[in-house]
Order: sequence, then structure tokens, then C-alpha cells
Amino acid sequence: MILVWLIVIPFLGGLLCWQADRWSEQAPRWIALGTMLFVLVISLVLWAAGDFALPSGGETPWLLEWRTDWIPRFGIEIHLAMDGLSLILVALTGFLGALAVLCSWREIGQRIGFFHLNLLWILGGVVGVFLALDLFLFFLFWEMMLVPMYFLIALWGHSGSAGQTRIRAATRFFIYTQASGLLMLVAILALVFIHFGNTGEFSFSYEVLLKTEVPEAIAPWLMLGFFVAFAVKLPVVPFHGWLPDAHAQAPTAGSVDLAGILLKTAAYGMLRFALPLFPEESAAFAPVAMVLGLVGIVYGAVLACGQQDIKRLIAYTSISHMGFVLIAIYSGSELAIQGAVVLMVAHAFSSAGLFILSGQLYERIHTRDMRIMGGLWGRIPTLPGFTLCFVAASLGMPATANFVGEFMILFGTFPTAPVVVIIASTGLVMAAIYSLILMQRVHFGPAYRDGALAGPDWREYGMMLALLALVLLIGLYPQPLLDTTAGMSGRVVELFAGPAQSLAETAGEVR
Amino acid sequence: MLTAADLVTLLPLILVGTTAVVAMLAIAWQRHHAGTALIAGVGLVLALLLLPVASTGSPPLMQVDGLAQMASTLILLSALVTVILSHHYLSGYIGPREEFYLLVLCATAGALGLVASDHLAMLFISLELLSMPLYGMLAYSFRAERSLEAGIKYLLLSAAATAFLLFGMALIYARTGHLDLAGISGALADAPDAWMLAGAALMIVGLGFKLSVVPFHLWTPDVYQGGPAPATIFLATVSKLAVFVVLLRLVLAAPVFESDWLQAVITVLALLTMLGGNLLALFQSNLKRLLGYSSIAHFGYLLVAIAVGNALAVETTGVYLLTYLVTTLAAFGVVTLLSSPFGGEDADGLPLYRGLFWRRPYLAAVMTVSFLSLAGIPLTAGFIGKFYVIALGVADGRWWLVGGVVAGSAIGLYYYLRVMVTLYLPEPGMRRRDVTNDWGSRLGGITLVTLAIVILVFGIYPAPMIDWVQDLSVSVASISGAWRG
Repeated sequence: MILVWLIVIPFLGGLLCWQADRWSEQAPRWIALGTMLFVLVISLVLWAAGDFALPSGGETPWLLEWRTDWIPRFGIEIHLAMDGLSLILVALTGFLGALAVLCSWREIGQRIGFFHLNLLWILGGVVGVFLALDLFLFFLFWEMMLVPMYFLIALWGHSGSAGQTRIRAATRFFIYTQASGLLMLVAILALVFIHFGNTGEFSFSYEVLLKTEVPEAIAPWLMLGFFVAFAVKLPVVPFHGWLPDAHAQAPTAGSVDLAGILLKTAAYGMLRFALPLFPEESAAFAPVAMVLGLVGIVYGAVLACGQQDIKRLIAYTSISHMGFVLIAIYSGSELAIQGAVVLMVAHAFSSAGLFILSGQLYERIHTRDMRIMGGLWGRIPTLPGFTLCFVAASLGMPATANFVGEFMILFGTFPTAPVVVIIASTGLVMAAIYSLILMQRVHFGPAYRDGALAGPDWREYGMMLALLALVLLIGLYPQPLLDTTAGMSGRVVELFAGPAQSLAETAGEVR
Repeated sequence: MLTAADLVTLLPLILVGTTAVVAMLAIAWQRHHAGTALIAGVGLVLALLLLPVASTGSPPLMQVDGLAQMASTLILLSALVTVILSHHYLSGYIGPREEFYLLVLCATAGALGLVASDHLAMLFISLELLSMPLYGMLAYSFRAERSLEAGIKYLLLSAAATAFLLFGMALIYARTGHLDLAGISGALADAPDAWMLAGAALMIVGLGFKLSVVPFHLWTPDVYQGGPAPATIFLATVSKLAVFVVLLRLVLAAPVFESDWLQAVITVLALLTMLGGNLLALFQSNLKRLLGYSSIAHFGYLLVAIAVGNALAVETTGVYLLTYLVTTLAAFGVVTLLSSPFGGEDADGLPLYRGLFWRRPYLAAVMTVSFLSLAGIPLTAGFIGKFYVIALGVADGRWWLVGGVVAGSAIGLYYYLRVMVTLYLPEPGMRRRDVTNDWGSRLGGITLVTLAIVILVFGIYPAPMIDWVQDLSVSVASISGAWRG
């Protein structure tokens, strides 16, 4: 039942925020903050109480599970379950959700209640995605979080350069993700009807469909249906068109959610659904996916170097980082998959930090154009120092969480795909270049204008310190995180290696 | 011969007909707007209550089965909503107001007969009974140029469609010598020849006009825009629903519609309709036209059911029509309410809706929910309908149609989102067209809020709705299965 509450609380909190608007301006903010902290606390308590040792034999891999009938006509259930991976991501959602509320404390001055309604509903949808085990329910949450995100960008966003209005960016985001989501729905339905044809029973249950035998001719297409939906959200390079605009035009809270959590739903979807449902096809598809990952790494990094808009720059670095995650997921190595989880968490922290910092800069100098920045180091106390820290984390400096993640990914992938790793390593060099460009153009160099600007207040200080502490903590001692997800990544690797091994065996016999 | 049991089966139809007569006499005796509306409303409610009592059966020329009962329920509900909304709308109309309800009742009776018709003669008569009052309804505010234009346009194109339909029927009769559906399907044991195919194709064209299937859709935007809002609601819900149900019945009953050639034609029509409707709606800034194009697209999705034509198709039709109906009623309802009381022209320009949320949060919420449902976003009824259509296409392996539905939905999002976000944008001193302040306590307002809640409930907990539709569609599927087997 606690899983249901994890999803319901943000929705209820959102409604409350909307109505609280009429009491006072601050009420929605405090309610929203309280709601997200509540979610965070619940997940932390679960984490502290949980036992994440590899389950033996017939035990269920789930820490908590809750199910009830929903639409019996098609065997659809409300089936929620939590394992180590979902727990970490839910906790991350709670934490970044609270940060998103905090960072919009001063930025959002209009229609505050409705803003927090949308914000909390996005987070509720994301928590649902991380917990849903019924494919119908998963799809439902997957699509549902788009609507409030759309409103967040369209109504509270910034208008960018001419012709690039926020509504356009929001619409593009929505259409990309919704259309690709429908492809996933088609794939899900095909899978269900194949199962129906085999057994005469309708079921959308993950565990049942896992055992479905899909005809070989159709399976690659179904796998692609899932992959495209996740690839759009991750994003993988040919499907990334929505991301820079959506990021650049979203309010800070929207960017934090988008980069910190929404992109992670895609990686989660691949680990939870795309790979386990179609292990053989995914193994066959792995080289293509890895090449796409490489393209993403290089493309994101190169384009990041050429950006004028600070938020677009950070957005392109996200594409680059997610390329590493994609390579790791399809490497089939436990170490790399563990690394992907660490990098997901690390990227959530570092990109959230950078987006919040650019939001704070915007509040002070009212621009995101790096051509008219420069020399801010001398004008703003403390903030440039924080920026340096997060830039260092983003470029993968040892002792930060990003380093742990990237190192594990490259190390784990090397035995299976050395060439990929060698090319991917150039991404690290380019990460250094774009990160230093960011730092140099914004904070060093000749000052564009004179005059001191306000330093961070306690709220901004607190957010930065919390993020930085987490980045360093995971960078120095990632073991608790790794222990939590060991069970999940072990299972994925088992599934992934299964067909490959049997293929090798049959090949050996033939010889 | 008509037996007593048949009369019981026909009770709802008889009651609606009687109400029309009573309303006419009441008008002749004394004109009273609210009174006439009340008579119409009470008649429809009684008919609705009698539906469960009236058992299934087959009176002469008719076949009252589960499908007919389901469709009758939906028709009566939509007609009721139309009457409720008309009352507020017409209260500002100068000129005779009471006859509108008379027309609504007559058309409703036609629709009730149409969905139960089992004989081509019955089909034709009830289709005309449905269409004739609609000409009057569309041209009701005839002092407004557009309304008159809408009425005449619909009259002319309907007449053309009727000609097609009759010609098709004549060809089929010439080949088989039967006009009843069972006879037609019985006479066609062997493969249909060219005359039969031509007849069936002409009938599809005739009905396709009424459903505004592309390329027979040209009248739709003008008529939707020009007609008074309540008439448009009736056209978009009752008329389309009844015609679609009868088309489904034809396809299920007569094997000639199953031929490969006609199947290909229907598939192409479906693809054209779902893509064409959505593409044409993209840059519309008139809400009524936009909804007209959107309804074209929705019937394109529904044609998937006609193309597949099996047991699941009947269930899909039921679920989709139900979700489409509540959604369309809510969307047009908001337009009607904003145009009420009638003041010469309807509030259908998109700029009028700018910032509606900040003036009328609940009305804008109703509109948002209905547009989300039209777009098929999860947690609304529209998603369940779309889910069914895609499931049907996937189950039958119609990948082209599935692709069309996916592409159409993606295109459709663009204009649905455009309307939705308009509701929330701030309005810097725009020209306002507002509802009266007491809209929430009026029957029309309450109906709209109820509809929005129903959309959400169907989206969140669709099991009861699915059970209801499934129960009613079982009988039809078994009949058609028996014929085909």
C-alpha cells in the first residue's frame, strides 16, 4: 500500500497547492516542498529498512509489491513493485522535486498554485513510471507526465530567439514523446496479443509477458517499438530534436526535472522493459545501439562547444552523457550497468546543479546569452565557486560521482567492445573542453558590465551545498548505491548473457 | 405482424414519437419556451428509463439487439444533452424558439429507428427522418447568413448522398431480390459479382457522406461552423453515431462487404480520413471548424472497426462511440455555453478563448479534459477508445491502419494542444465573450461538469463501461458469426 501512497501523495499535494493559491502566495510553495520531502523521507526509510542481497532461486526480486485488478477485460492490473533501482530513482525524484520547488521560489511569481500543481503531477507521473510493473499502467504514467510538463514549458517558460517560442518548444517536446509512446503502445499490444494467441489469456503483466515466446519475425520490430520510445526520451541522437529547445525554454524547475528525472525514465525503461522482454533481439541490436551512443557522445559534446545559450549548452552535454548510459546498458556487463546507474544519479545531481545555477544567474543578470556574460567571478560572491565544482563534476573529475560512473562504464564495456570504449573516451576530453568553455566565458575573462551582484541567500546556498555534498559522497563512497542495484543489474546481465551463451554453445556444437 | 411483444420492444421509439406529437400540440395551444423544453426533456428521460424494460426482439423490418440498445441509450443521452443546452442557447433567440425541440425529437426518433433497422426500406426511411429535421435545425437561425448557408449546403449534399444510397440499394435488390439484411446475406452464398460490389460501394459512399469520410467531407467544416451550436452538437453526435452503427450492421450482416476489393477501399478511405481530418485541422483558428475536422479524423479511426468487422470490432465501436460521444458533447457544450444566450453569432473564434482559465477555471477545466480526451491522453475516456482501436488493428494485423492511427494522433496533438494552451495564456485586454455568471448553477453547466467527470471516470476506471458494452455486443457478434459460418 505504501507504493500507492508514493504515487498518490504528489497528486493530492498538487491539488492542494492549486487550491492553496487563494490563501496566500507562499502556501503552495510550502505545501509542494512538504509533499516532495515526504516522498523523499518515505523512500529513504524504505532504503534504510530494505535488504538488497541477491534473491535466491524462487523468491521474488521485489522489495515491495502491490497489485489489484483494474480492467479485467484485458487482464490489466494495477501492479506496483519496487526493487533497488526503482527505490533509488524514486528517492532521486523526491530529492530533485524538492529542489525544483526551491529553485522556483523566486523565479515563479504568477499563477503559483497552478505551477506547483503541474510540477507535482509531473513528479507523481514519474514515480508511477518507476513503480509500474503492468505494461498498460507503465504506458499510462509514461504518457501522463507529458501533459503537465507541456504546461510547465508553455506557460512559465522563457521565449528564446526569434521564432522559437516556448509554446513551439513545448509542442515539439509533446509530439516527439507522445508519437514515440504510441509506437510503444503498439508494441505492447502486439506482445499481449501474441501472448493471447499462445495461451488464450489476456495479460499485461510484466512477469507473464517476460516468458512469452515471440515469433522471430516479429520480435525485432517489437523491440524497436520499445527502443524508439525510450530513445526519444533519453535522447539518442537522431531523436533528440526536442531536447535543446525544451531545455532552453523551460523554467528552471522544468529543466531540473527534465534533465534530472525525465531522461532517467528512459534509461530505466530500457533496463526494466526493453532488455528483459527482448534479450536476444537486444543482444543482436547492441552494436547499433552502441554506435548510436557513440554518435550521441560526440555530437552532444561538439554541439555543446558551439552554443551561446548557457542552458542549451548544458542540454547538449546531457545528450553526451546519456550516450555513455546507452553504451553501458547495451554492453551486457554488470559493471557497466552498475556504472550506468551511478552515472544516471550523478548526472541528475550535476546537471540539476548547473541548471539551478544558470537559473540563479538569470535572476541576477536577466540573460542566458554567454556572449554578454564574462568576468562574473569578481561580481558575484560564492556562486562562481559552486559553478566550478559542478563543472568539474560534469567533466568527470575524480572524486565526483560522474567519475565513478564513467569509469565503471568504460571499464565494464572494454572486454566486450574495446573500440567503442576507445572512441567514447574522446568524449571525456571533449567534456573537459565544453566545461571549461562554459566556465571561461561566463565567469572569467573581461567583465561585460561592472557592479557587484547579490550573493546567494540561505535557500540558494542550501540547495548548492546539498547537491555538492551528494556528488562528493557518491564520488568517494559509491558502495551503498552499488549494493542497492546489484540485484537488478545482475538479473539484466543474466538475461542478456543467456541467449549469447546458448548461441555460442550451439555454434560450438556445430563446429 | 406486429405483436404485443414487439410493441414493448419499440416502446422507446414510440415514446419519442409521442413526445414529438405532444410537443407540437403544446406549441399549437400556447407558445412557451421552457415548457416545450421540459416536455422534450421529460419524454427523452422516460424513453431512456424504458430502454431496460423494452426487451430485445425483432419487430417487422427491425432488429432490436444489443447493438441497437446500446446505440439507443447513447442517442437518447446525447439528445437530452442537446435539449438541455438548447434551452439556454435559444433563450436569446428572437423568433419562434419552440419548434427547435420538435425537430430534435423527430430526428431522435429517426436515429432510434436507424440503429435498429434490419431492412433497407427501414434504413432509408429512418435515415431521411433523421436528416430532414437536421436541415431545419442547421438553418434555424436563418437570419444569420452562415446558418442558412449551412442548412442549404447540408440539404444539397445530403440529397446527393441519398441518391447514391438509393442507387446502391437498387443494384443490390436487382441482384438478390431481397431488401432485408438476412435475405441479402442468404442470397449471396457464392462470391459477389460486379453489380453487387457496385451496389455495396455506392451504399458506402452514401453513408460516407453522412459520416464525412474523406473525400466526401467537403460539407463538414462549413456546416459545423454555420449551424447554431446545439444543432451542430446533434449533428456531430446523434446523427454520426446512428449512421455509423447502421454501417457496422451492414458490414456485419452482408458478406458482400467482406470482399477483398471493398476491404481495400475501406482501408484506403480510413487512412485518408484519419490523416486528412487531422491535417486539415492543423491551422484552423475557428473552434467549430476545428472540431468538425477533428470529428472527421475520429471517424477515420472508427473505420478501422468497419475494415476489421469481427466480434471485437463491435465492442470497439461501442467503446469508441461512447467515449467520443461524452467527449464531443463536453467540447461542443463549452462552445454552446459560451455562445449562450444566442446573440447573432456563435463564440467560435479561438482568440475568444484566450485566458479562459483565469476567468472561468472550471469551464476551462471541462474544456481541457475534453480536449485531452479528444487527443487520447491517458486517464481520459478518449484514451480507452484509442486503446481499443489500436488493439483491434494490432489483433487483426492491420499494420497500415495502426500506422495511420499513430500518425494521425501525433498530427492531431498539434492542434489540440494549441487550443488547450490558449485557454491558459494571459489575456491582455482581449475582446471578451463570457458566460453568464450563473452558468455553474444552471442545468447546462451542471451537465458539462458531469460530462467532464464522466470522461475522467471512464478514463481511470473503465471496467464498468467495458462490461456494459461487452454484454450488449455479444449478441450481435454471435448473429453475424452464425450468418458467416
